[in-house]
Amino acid sequence: MTVIKSESRRQTFYMYMFISPWLIGFLVFALYPILSSLYYSFTDYDIIHPPRFIGLANYTEMFDSELFWKSVTVTLKYTFISVPVQLLLALGFALLLNQTLPLRGFFRTAMYFPSMVSGVAMSLLWYWIFNPQIGLFNYMLSWFGIPGPAWLMSPDTALYALIIMSFWTAGAGMILFLAGLQGVPGSLIEAARLDGAGRLRIFVNITLPMISPVLLFQLIMGLIDSFQVFTQAFVMTQGGPNYSTWFYVYNLYTSAFKEYRAGYSSALAWVLLIVVMLFTAVIMKLSNRYVHYEGGGRR
Amino acid sequence: MSIVKAASSRAPSSLAHRRKADPVKIASFAALLITTFLMLLPLFFMVSTSLKSKREMLKFPPTFLPESWAWSNYTEIFDTLQFGTLYKNSLIIGVLTVIGTLLSSALVAYGFARYRGRGNQLWFILLLSTMMLPYPAIMIPQFVLFSKMQWIDTFLPLVVPAFFGSAYNIFLLRQFFSTLPEELFDAGRIDGCGELRMWRTIALPLSAPALATVAIFAFIYSWNDLLTPVLYLSSSDKFTLPVGMASLTSSRFRIPPWHLLMVASVLAMVPIVTLFAIAQKQFVEGIVLTGIK
Repeated sequence: MTVIKSESRRQTFYMYMFISPWLIGFLVFALYPILSSLYYSFTDYDIIHPPRFIGLANYTEMFDSELFWKSVTVTLKYTFISVPVQLLLALGFALLLNQTLPLRGFFRTAMYFPSMVSGVAMSLLWYWIFNPQIGLFNYMLSWFGIPGPAWLMSPDTALYALIIMSFWTAGAGMILFLAGLQGVPGSLIEAARLDGAGRLRIFVNITLPMISPVLLFQLIMGLIDSFQVFTQAFVMTQGGPNYSTWFYVYNLYTSAFKEYRAGYSSALAWVLLIVVMLFTAVIMKLSNRYVHYEGGGRR
Repeated sequence: MSIVKAASSRAPSSLAHRRKADPVKIASFAALLITTFLMLLPLFFMVSTSLKSKREMLKFPPTFLPESWAWSNYTEIFDTLQFGTLYKNSLIIGVLTVIGTLLSSALVAYGFARYRGRGNQLWFILLLSTMMLPYPAIMIPQFVLFSKMQWIDTFLPLVVPAFFGSAYNIFLLRQFFSTLPEELFDAGRIDGCGELRMWRTIALPLSAPALATVAIFAFIYSWNDLLTPVLYLSSSDKFTLPVGMASLTSSRFRIPPWHLLMVASVLAMVPIVTLFAIAQKQFVEGIVLTGIK
């Protein structure tokens, strides 16, 4: 009895010893900021002078702010087009590559390659590609006799340009899907084929359920990432033209670090946090029914 | 973990289907050729444009290969942008971030994987949920915190948090450590190894692929990060590569220096591609680990 007790104590002791860096980091760099930004969100605060409590004023201002709603619209539009299309492309490429084909390794590397250019380098490259006078995109459209639009220079097309650019990194998701696909037991597929199931049946009834955890993971991470788009707006468009790429986090950054309105921005931050949590919770809830975990066990 | 092995090269195609010229396969091959061409074309132009003269840059349609190779673009960037300083700063921050992330994440992951202590599950769920925490949601209080510590315009806010572990990497390493056979540690214990020593001499050496993946993830993240350095660094001799590069599109240039944009992008890609080339196999294995829960 005492042996068991001291063993479990020993385990607990060492666990906390090892995880203490993260525990401290969690308290200092996550929990404390979350809570204090909740407090700031109820204050008028410019970072230099002490915060002054103003109740819900930041939140009412936010919901009356045209710029806030613009940023919400821009971000949601970007997310709802970019994330599903990226997922579909990634899954499609993975399915294509999950066959014995010549040059398979080359295709895989080539598709993943653009994902290594992400960040500012990618934004600079596409800044040129979308240039209406000298850029690559309109040149390629001209092969088909299509007159290209002004892309980043027009409020009608700037957001779509950024959405198109996001497809270029679908290779990162492809690698994940490919890994998932290769975890699908060949024996299952073989059995289904012997039973006379066609490609589509096999995909819908076997492959898709088997890779659904990967799909779920990517859907959630993709949403969270696209709610946080900043680099493209900062480098390529500065939120313009005419606020057509005024992303949520760009709005948050501007009000916090250009206008020094830390209180108001903290309210923006909290709304972002709640929206991310809501989206994640809803997707997890919905996915309960569809996502298959091997062995039936769920974490 | 069996998934790792399964992912290496096997494609679930049956023997019966292998010999025939399958129309689906031919169509797939054609589709892959076209998409790969489209995916690589921007990269091709990125390199070729970086070697064009200022005048040739403005030509439309763009030439595929430079008419005259302007290698001087690659020295010009060092004068226009203090590119050397930017590169050095980014490398310092990147390397320190990698060291911090490896050390802390490996310790924490080991704690979660090896000890059934009280609260293990609860803390682990909390850890997973912080993966979803958007950085912008916490950046203002962090900024206040770091400015109280007089850390503004130093590398510390970019580097120090890495020493406290990052959720994604901890998760990845925990998955890996959980697959190590118990007998190894029993043997170590019989030999009188302390816990920290077992971590260092048994767990770490066996986890090279996972550690390599974490190192690459951490480096790429730090190398590409724009928002954090934009917030914290104010003097230009401390700027990182992304911050300096972002200034190339600013309105201080009447016409954007296109050739320099491309040179900067090519040079920024070099360390990432090098890392990937060196550790490609481990990296793909590591991605497999994170992709499947």
